[in-house]
Amino acid sequence: MAYFLQQMINGLTVGSMFGLIAIGYTMVYGIIGMVNFAHGDIFMVGGFIAIIAFMVLGLLGITWVPLALLCILILGMAFTALHGWVVERVAYRPLRGSNRLAPLISAIGMSIFLQNYVQLLQGARNKALPPIISGGIEVMDMGGFAVKLGYMQIVIVGLTIVLMIGFTLLISRTSLGRQQRACEQDMKMAWLLGVDVDRTIALTFVMGAGLAAVAGLVWLMYYGVIDFFVGYLAGIKAFTAAVLGGIGSLPGAMLGGILIGLIDTLWAGYFSNEYHDVATFAVLVLVLIFRPTGLLGKPEIEKV
Amino acid sequence: MLQVQGVHTFYGRIEALRGVDIDVKEGEIVALIGANGAGKSTLLMTICGSPRAAEGRVVFDGQDITRRPTHEIMRSGIAHAPEGRRIFPRMTVLENLQMGALAAKPEHFNEDMERVFGLFPILKSRQGQRGGTLSGGEQQMLAIARALMSRPRLLLLDEPSLGLAPMIVKHIFQIIRDINRATRATIFLVEQNAFHALKLAHRGYVMVNGKITMAGTGQELLANREVRAAYLEGGH
Ligand SMILES: Nc1ncnc2c1ncn2[C@@H]1O[C@H](COP(=O)(O)OP(=O)(O)OP(=O)(O)O)[C@@H](O)[C@H]1O
Ligand SMILES: [Mg+2]
Repeated sequence: MAYFLQQMINGLTVGSMFGLIAIGYTMVYGIIGMVNFAHGDIFMVGGFIAIIAFMVLGLLGITWVPLALLCILILGMAFTALHGWVVERVAYRPLRGSNRLAPLISAIGMSIFLQNYVQLLQGARNKALPPIISGGIEVMDMGGFAVKLGYMQIVIVGLTIVLMIGFTLLISRTSLGRQQRACEQDMKMAWLLGVDVDRTIALTFVMGAGLAAVAGLVWLMYYGVIDFFVGYLAGIKAFTAAVLGGIGSLPGAMLGGILIGLIDTLWAGYFSNEYHDVATFAVLVLVLIFRPTGLLGKPEIEKV
Repeated sequence: MLQVQGVHTFYGRIEALRGVDIDVKEGEIVALIGANGAGKSTLLMTICGSPRAAEGRVVFDGQDITRRPTHEIMRSGIAHAPEGRRIFPRMTVLENLQMGALAAKPEHFNEDMERVFGLFPILKSRQGQRGGTLSGGEQQMLAIARALMSRPRLLLLDEPSLGLAPMIVKHIFQIIRDINRATRATIFLVEQNAFHALKLAHRGYVMVNGKITMAGTGQELLANREVRAAYLEGGH
């Protein structure tokens, strides 16, 4: 029981990170109907930008943790978002209106490019970060097994909840969010009402990248290491999360992220550490067979 | 106010408009009638820059807008309620209206909303309902209301009476006249319902196979034998 609770806490933490990445997939898919295959690498870039920012702040002598983290969060989101914007400009916009395969291939190219670019600039080896937020609270002690809730875990889940609420409000209440939804539902009509569709699509990439940057930062702080290839597997899992939740749906991405985090962690905790990736994908296959629109995906029943 | 000069528009190799000339003056209601597939909707969309005219010019308010991006054209005083209504299905009535108001000043929103609710009271009671679940007639009203929210100086309407009950059709045409009188908005509309449209309009054009074949005042066209034979017999 205690062991299970501990696995749940860990799973929720990992799931939050997958959820943050999954939002980028789901939003881009929602608006242009295509998967951004470079998104996992954007997340990886976010992690590296965070590590560079830690170094720079260290040199500047800003060591008060809350201030440093806030700076890194903002800088990381800004620079990572810039990468997201470039991906859209280079890999998607020039190919708008061409057949659907072309942007897919250019996005994969972008993904390979980002991996090599980081590898060249930062080296192929792991980068490590000493723990910044460590320790935690002991929730309970049952039969000699202490259930621990790390401060970092609290930060991750808390930050994710705050971002999710903010983001949901942005999409549902603001003019920008309405314009994004309008593009999603009828791009041509949005255009006819004066929406700058290109700009809206670019902003969608930017917003997804901003959230991936947060995921990259907390990933780095949680695991303490990062390498240029980390975006590959994390990206695929987050993508799975988006599909599981129902691609195109924001709450779905979050729910999918948490479920994938739990499945991943529980599998590794109870069965074998070797095959937990396989478990994730088995779930994906089952969902696609039995409920292709995902858990919260909208089946298209609309009046014409 | 709006001049279309020698416009040709293509869909791939298909030439949908073959040299169209139209002149709409400030404050007028102008109707465009023609058979299915004549190119009426294409003309309205070409004015909005999507698809773009391959040849010729579109001039609005003395400015050549032929090559301007669609969203800029739509922010310069033109609104379009296009064919098929194109209501955002998963947005509420209110949100659809907010989208329509994108090109207007935000401080006008409440006033304009009250105005369109005055024209279409049913929409007021449906504010929170999703566009996709409105009836066809309600969607048509919402489409017109949404176009009005931008305070257009030129309003393009593609078959505003399509699919509506005769009572409502009358109501819609009355509203179009009111809009034209009250807001001084210039209106260029496409209609299958040639009789009503020509009665309402100051002037009209007839389009056949991507070309304008006839022009005149509404009265003249209504009286014209060819027009009667082609578009009015058995009609109203
Ligand atoms: N997207 C498109 N791709 C290819 N051809 C098109 C496209 N849209 C319209 N066309 C063709 O262009 C021609 C003109 O179409 P348009 O929709 O302008 O006609 P219309 O006068 O509005 O007809 P209706 O009264 O039926 O609405 C038609 O032959 C049509 O098949
Ligand atoms: Mg038409």
